[in-house]
This record gives sequence, structure tokens and C-alpha cells, in this order.
Amino acid sequence: MTSISRADVAHLGRLARLELTESELDHYSEQLDVILQSVARISEVAADDIPPMSHPIPMVNVFRDDVVKPSLTREEALAAAPATEDDRFRVPRILDEE
Amino acid sequence: MTTTSHGDVYIPFEEAMSRYEPIIGIETHVELGTNSKMWCGCSTDFGSDANTQVCPVCLGLPGSMPVVNRVAVESTIRIGLALNCNIAQWCRFARKNYFYPDMPKDYQISQYDEPLCYDGYLDVTVDTPDGPQVFRVEIERVHMEEDTGKLTHTGGATGRIHGAEYSLVDYNRAGIPLIEIVTKTVIGTGSLAPEVAKAYVKELRDVMRALGVSDVRMEEGSMRCDVNLSLNKPGDGWGTRSETKNVNSLRSVERAVRSEIERQASVLDNGGRVIQETRHFHEDTGRSTSGRSKEQAEDYRYFPEPDLVPVAPSLDWVEELRAGLPEMPSVKRARLKEEWNINDFELASLANSGALDLVEATIAIGVDSVAARKWWTGELLRVANEQGVELEALRVAPQDIQQVEALITSGALNDKLARQVFEGILASEGTVEEIIATRGLAVVSDDGALLAAIDEALAAAPDVAEKILSGKIQAAGAVVGAVMKATKGQADAAKVRALLLERLGVSE
Ligand SMILES: [Zn+2]
Repeated sequence: MTSISRADVAHLGRLARLELTESELDHYSEQLDVILQSVARISEVAADDIPPMSHPIPMVNVFRDDVVKPSLTREEALAAAPATEDDRFRVPRILDEE
Repeated sequence: MTTTSHGDVYIPFEEAMSRYEPIIGIETHVELGTNSKMWCGCSTDFGSDANTQVCPVCLGLPGSMPVVNRVAVESTIRIGLALNCNIAQWCRFARKNYFYPDMPKDYQISQYDEPLCYDGYLDVTVDTPDGPQVFRVEIERVHMEEDTGKLTHTGGATGRIHGAEYSLVDYNRAGIPLIEIVTKTVIGTGSLAPEVAKAYVKELRDVMRALGVSDVRMEEGSMRCDVNLSLNKPGDGWGTRSETKNVNSLRSVERAVRSEIERQASVLDNGGRVIQETRHFHEDTGRSTSGRSKEQAEDYRYFPEPDLVPVAPSLDWVEELRAGLPEMPSVKRARLKEEWNINDFELASLANSGALDLVEATIAIGVDSVAARKWWTGELLRVANEQGVELEALRVAPQDIQQVEALITSGALNDKLARQVFEGILASEGTVEEIIATRGLAVVSDDGALLAAIDEALAAAPDVAEKILSGKIQAAGAVVGAVMKATKGQADAAKVRALLLERLGVSE
């Protein structure tokens, strides 16, 4: 039976940059466990002859031609940015990456 | 033994190779030369003003949906076929989740366990003292993804005194089709590892050029390499590998491998442990510095991209693309070596100087193969080296050489004048005819004028005439030289010599 631990939730929280309180960890562990158990029930039905599905519609090869279309103006592009400088998006520097 | 300011210690390469065997792996990213981006219609032009080639899709704005660029898929399949890969009959894109502002969506669309192309190889040739040696570099996968935005870090380190450290982002590059080509581990290269790595990247670059799928300019970042390397003692299991990023020139590929061998050997010699980490290569020092530790495996939580449907190239499509592949560089080299009757050394020097295609194009329009090689690898290569540019960047075209050679054959130009014509072309003075006219370049073929010059030269050096008459025909060189000087090189030296001997009534 699939289950999710408190430690798993804490790890996912870190990856998602979410600061979770102790009570939130308990709360989400419980909720996610319910979801996982529901999915596990579906897995029980899925036999080897049923391939996993990632798209609801059986469709492949949706392509566009390699044609340039107008972009946004720079003003439009930067309009929703919390901060800009020198025609660029200004973001906090992430220190543990190069 | 040397120590850098970062505390890394290196031992000499030969010493390292006497105790350890290297295992390398190379990941290469190639930006495709499509007109538009991977998922949207924004232009891929290089060097445009910041954030002028962006739209809701490549900015990751809510509600926008990506649609795959057909040419990017086609180019990837062609690359896969050129690298002898299998082409997947069905594959999906995947989301690689991470938080870093170079991707505004907070994920990069890539491929994970279903690459479009897999299990191929590329044979590369390395020159050794014993002659050329061929190594087969196996390709694990070729997959599609998107390039990231460009960050400029600012703040403390750059000397700004006010404000916290921050970064500025230009998303013009975000979403440009990017192909990642991953080799399997390359073993058994021994001390040739640096050369094999360089030869592989160079061959890969040539293949991309032949396919016309990318401009593969390493200095502009449209082709970039990461080098994985580990060392082990002969007979021992594989060691821990490091990944050196930022290796952005052919020369750097070689240096990065060499440097990392020297560094890891020193760590192991001292009983240390090689750390699994990302290192950053520095062009100026030829050394790398430690970056992020990868001791904890990254957790990108890949999952199938829900916004894109699978790619399932039909067999017909793949075969059509296979049939349209150009001649591969290695095949071309072998053919030209045969056709031009040249040896391995001459072939390598033509290939390394970038003259191969130019010489071929020149011969294709009727120029003699020896003459074509002579101009491109002689005078023109000298000028290119002097200017620090690639041969193909010179203004001279194969047609210019054809014209000049025709004029040499007809006797209207000699080699010396031809060099002046090329000098004129390189200085943008006009066409071959225009330069000959404005510079007054023409062989003096009028016998009368030549005879007058010969008489003058003889009169100026009566002793030389005596010597020739007494049988010392080699003395004629001095008179011929004087005549050539008098005619500013615009005479045919052989003809001057013949006329001189005839004038003196001497025969060879
Ligand atoms: Zn866009």
C-alpha cells in the first residue's frame, strides 16, 4: 500500500519552496495519503495490457510551422514584472547556483 | 606539483597517466538554427535587444500553451540519423522542475526517459605519432529541450555599494530549440583522452554544419559542452566523476579533460576522495573551480508534459529524412583524400584549417586541384591567420580563384600579380577585373618592351653578360631579376630568361 510520510511532505515542501509548519505537515500528509490511496486503487485495476496514460486524448504529432510571429513589445513583456532594470527582469540573486 | 589559489593541486599529466585510467563522457548542447523558437513564434535571432523576442509562451505566462516546432523535430531526427541512432517510434516531452529564474515557468520542457533518438555512435580520428587512430564514441541519446534565459549577476561582487545582490534576466534565449547529445562512457582512450574528447566535439560540430541544423558557434554559445570525467587505477572499479561545465571552445575541451585528470590524480595520490560535483571551467586559466556539490542527487520531479502531445514520427517520415541526409564529413574526407591524391597529413591540415569545403567548391568550378589547395592553404590561410579569422570569413570566393587562375593560365597574370589581386579583394577594392584595371596589374608580354628592359639590364651589368657568354648560364638569374624589378614583377620570369638567352645567342 502506497503511503506518504511526514518526511516526504517536508522534502516536497522544500523542493516547492514552501515553508510548512508542523501542523501543516500533519495536515498535508493526511490529505496526500488519501489521494495516493485512491490512485493506488486504480493501479490495482490497471493490468499489464493497459499502458499508463499521460494525455486524455490519443493524439500525436501536433506541430506548428517554423514561422516567426510578432513578439510582445518590451514594455508589454516587462509590464507585469515586480522589478525591472536595464530592460531586464530584476530578480533576487540565487546564491547557491552559478 | 602546482597549487592554484582555489587550493586545487595538480600533478603533471604524464605522471597522472602512469598511474590512472580516465573515463570520460561528454554532454553537448546545440542550439538549433530554426527561425522561430521551440514552442512559440518568437524569433531566435542572436544579439537582439533584451526582452524583445518574448511572448506569453516563452515568458511562461498563465494560460499560454506551447506548440512544437516541426523543423526542430525534423532537425533532431536528422541529427540522430547522422549519429547512427535509433529513432523512437513514440516519445514524450517531460517537465524538469526547478526554481531558478533562467526559466520563467519554473520548469524546463525537456525529454526524460523517452529521448527522440538513442543508441548511436560517432567515429572520430585522432592523430598519433603512429598515424591516425579511430575511436568509436557511442551515443546514448539525443533529446529535445529548450534553452534558458540569460542572467546577468550584479551587486556586491561587481563592486556596487548600494542594494542587495540581484540578477537581471533577458528571456530572448528562453525557448530556443536546444538539443542535448549525450555520449555513453568512453573508455580505453588512455592518455589520448584529451585529444579524443576534442576530436569528438569537432566531428560533432562538423556533422551539425554538414546537416545545416545549427551555426554551431561555440564562442556565441550555440554549442556548449560539459565534460564528465573519473579516474581509476588499472583493474579497479570506476571512480567518482566530476562534471565540468562551461567548456566553450574546442581547445577548452582538450584542456578541461587534461586539467581534470591532473587534479583528480593529485586528489587520489594523496589518499583523498574525488567529490561528485559540478565544476566550472575558466578559459583564461585553463583550470576549473568547484561549483555545486551533487552528493545529494538532484530531484527534478520529472513527469510527462501535459501541455504537449507525444511525438510519433512515422517510418516514412524518418526514411524520407534519412534519404535526404548530406554526405557526412568523415565520408567526404575519405573521398577527397582519394580524389585529390593526398596523404593523411595533408588531409588533416586541410581539414584543420577549415579549407576542405572551400577547396572542394573551388575545384568544383573547374580550378586545378593543386592550384586550389595552393591558394587556400597558402596565401589566403596566411592572411586569415594574420587577421585571426576563419578562412571562410575572408572576402575571397572560389569564383575569384577561378578567375585569377584562368588569367594565370592565359599568361595575363603571374603568381606575384595574382597575390596582389587577392590583396585587393581582401581590401574590398572591387572585382578581379576592377582590381587588375585600377592597380594596373598585367603581365608585360610585349616582347619589345621586355627586350628593351633586358638590354638595359645587360648594359648595367656587362660582367654578367660576359659570364653567361662564357657558359655560366646560372648567372642569367641576376639579369632576369633586374628585368622583373624594372617591370615591377609584371613579366613572366621564364619568358624573360628565354628572351635573354636568345638575345645573347646562348642555348641551355
Ligand atoms: Zn515566445
